[in-house]
Order: sequence, then structure tokens, then C-alpha cells
Amino acid sequence: MTTTMDPRAAATARPLLPEPRGELSGAVVRALRGGDLGPWPATVGDPYGDDLQLALYLLYELHYQGFDGVPDDREWDPALLGARRTLERRFLDALRADVPHDGDAEGALAGLLVEPVGHDENSVSHHLKRDGELWQLREYAALRSLYHLKEADPHAWVIPRLRGRAKAAMVAIEFDEFGGGRPEEIHAQLFADLMTDLGLDTTYGHYLEAAPAEALATVNLMSLFGLHRALRGALVGHFASVEVTSSPGSRRLAEALRRAGAGPAAQRFYDEHVEADAVHEQVVRRDVVGGLLADEPHLEADIAFGVHATGHLEDRLGAHLLRAWRQGRSALRVPLAEPPTTTG
Amino acid sequence: MPNDPERPRRVTVEPGGPVLVEGPVEVVGDDGTVTTSRRFAAAICTCRRSRTYPWCDTSHRRRVKKGEETS
Ligand code: FES
Ligand SMILES: [Fe+2]
Ligand SMILES: [Fe+2]
Repeated sequence: MTTTMDPRAAATARPLLPEPRGELSGAVVRALRGGDLGPWPATVGDPYGDDLQLALYLLYELHYQGFDGVPDDREWDPALLGARRTLERRFLDALRADVPHDGDAEGALAGLLVEPVGHDENSVSHHLKRDGELWQLREYAALRSLYHLKEADPHAWVIPRLRGRAKAAMVAIEFDEFGGGRPEEIHAQLFADLMTDLGLDTTYGHYLEAAPAEALATVNLMSLFGLHRALRGALVGHFASVEVTSSPGSRRLAEALRRAGAGPAAQRFYDEHVEADAVHEQVVRRDVVGGLLADEPHLEADIAFGVHATGHLEDRLGAHLLRAWRQGRSALRVPLAEPPTTTG
Repeated sequence: MPNDPERPRRVTVEPGGPVLVEGPVEVVGDDGTVTTSRRFAAAICTCRRSRTYPWCDTSHRRRVKKGEETS
């Protein structure tokens, strides 16, 4: 099945469709297996819940790698696109209702440019650095693999929608994310190497079944922003907030991995991000955000929205992880297999 | 690549933060050691607090206590 650790096999295998988590995801899985989408429920329920987030995740994944046994051209199936529209409207409406409406892009980013004094008990990276156990680091990496194995992919969709300074800067950062021309240095590959160090399965999509709604939502947000030209401002805000928060967070995660005795590749991923994202932060604020604001000033509120929505969903995920770990239980829906060799 | 008479290398100074230099770049330390970055740009630390000196690691950022205004 999909438990191979051969990187070439991992890269070419298509993920399996997961178990549905309710009516919506059930209908989508059935449709992707070749059945009818069927009557769509009149109300789609909790916008942050497992059912809606999984259904949306499956529909978005058709634009990335697809699924085993699902024909590639289902990506543009009008019935599936219509279903996606209902779900993402619900998700987007909830986000717009739940985050601040200050419309101030620079202010939103300035809020991220400060570091807390001492330990922040609501931060996952602070927790992992000080108290993190190896099993928690493995769970964290498994969850984050849903994004990091396609790191920077959803952001590439914004490129044709930018011009001039914003476009040149965005492409320069993306070039770095994609390894600067060297496949072994693509950030997604560095993450796969980290996973190998932690004894995790690097197959694309392998941990979808294990991921709770809070983790799916953080990835769905990027797909939502990336796929809609109308949300290009929000995508840029999202990207800026990731780059601005990454360096200090990566430092803490690198230390957590060193302390837990993970291998060199595991530390390398976060060490690289300390250095790279200190650069990316400067370029994204000055030229991607600054360039887009100069070009399309009316997008400022959307840029701020992208920053706030990212923080909102990251906070939800962080709260979920810390709640579970403090009670000594797994934060995943499916426990991880033990690593093939135990690290001390 | 970007360093010729028609197209001089661009350096951008971030107030209170690093100096951004178009890469690739070599930094020569006080003791003569050379550190190289192949990146399209390098952020050179000016605050001397970086733990990955000469590269900025965002240690220059302002630190706030809980509850303190961040803007
Ligand atoms: S200037 Fe950023 S760490 Fe020194
Ligand atoms: Fe990256
Ligand atoms: Fe980055």
C-alpha cells in the first residue's frame, strides 16, 4: 500500500481517498469514486468542522495531486466546482465574521513583528521547545506534512495576478522555496527528509486521515486564497504572515528537535527557515505587500484579512494541539505507527 | 550576476533591522572567516544579536511583555 519509504515511489503514488467524516465529505468521496454527488444538504453545518473541512480539502486536492483512481479531469467537473463553491462560501463567511476588520495591512503585520518576553504558554513552538516530547514532535510533523509536502505551491497561483515589483519579489521568494534550482533543496523535500529522520511516512497525503479539522482548515485557507483571483490580496496577506512569523518559530522548533535527539535533516529544515525567512520577511513586506498596495491600494483590507484569518486558524490549531498534549493524549484522529528504529 | 557597471548591486537598509544585500554574497568576519550565502538576497545582521551571525535571525525584533500594546 502506501507505507513505502522509497522517495521516488512516494512522489509518484496518488493518495488514497480517506474515510468520510459526515454527509458532505461522504457525498464528495462517493462522487470522486465515480458515483453521483447526490442532493447537497440544504445547510452545510459547522464551517470549521471535520465534515466540511474534509469535503473542501478533497475538492481542493484535485488542483494539486488528485487521488488514486480519480481521473485528472474531475478537477474541472462543474458539479464538483459547484459543491466547492457552497462550502468555501460558508468557510469564507465564517472567517470574515470571526476576524478583526481593521483594514490596516501594515498594522496587522506590525502585530506579528514583536516577540513575547519569555515563555508563551499559548504557543505550540514555545511548548515544543521547552517541554516537547518526541511523540509530540512526530505528531506535529505528521500534521504539518499536509502543507509542507506541497510547501509554497498554493502561493504560486498568485503569480499571474501580480505585476511589477510585487511579482518580481514574489517569484524571487518562491524560487528560494523551490530550492533555487536544486531539487534536493526544495523546501518540500527538506521537509520529507525531516519526516524520514522522525520515522514518518513521506508519501504525499499519507496523514490526511490523521489530521483533525483544525489542521485541514489551515491548508484549505491557502487553497481558497490561492485559487481565487478575487482573493489575491488575502493570499498575499497570508503569505506575508507566514514569512514574518516563521523565523523565530523555526528557531524554537529546531531547538526542540535537537533536544529530542532527532537527526540532522530534521533540524536542517527549521535551521534553513530561520535564515531564509529572515530574508523573505523583508522582501515580502517591502516589495510584495508594498508593491501590491502601490499597484492596487483598494486591496489593503483584503491583505489585512489574509493576515488575521491566518492567525485565527493557527490559534485554533494551536489550542487543539496543546489541549490534547496537556492531557497526555494524541492530537491526531489516528495514532501514529511507532518509528521503525527508536531514537533515544 | 547583478554586479556590473550597468546594474550595480542593490543594498537595502531596514531601520532597526538587517541590511539586505543582493546575493550571492560573502561576508568576511573580524577574524577573517568567510561566510557565503547563495540566496537571491542575504539579510546581514546589524544588531549583533543574531545567533546565526552574520545572517539576521530576527533577534532584532522588539520584545513585549504579555498584555503590552504591540502597535
Ligand atoms: S539585524 Fe536581525 S538579528 Fe540582528
Ligand atoms: Fe519555506
Ligand atoms: Fe519562506
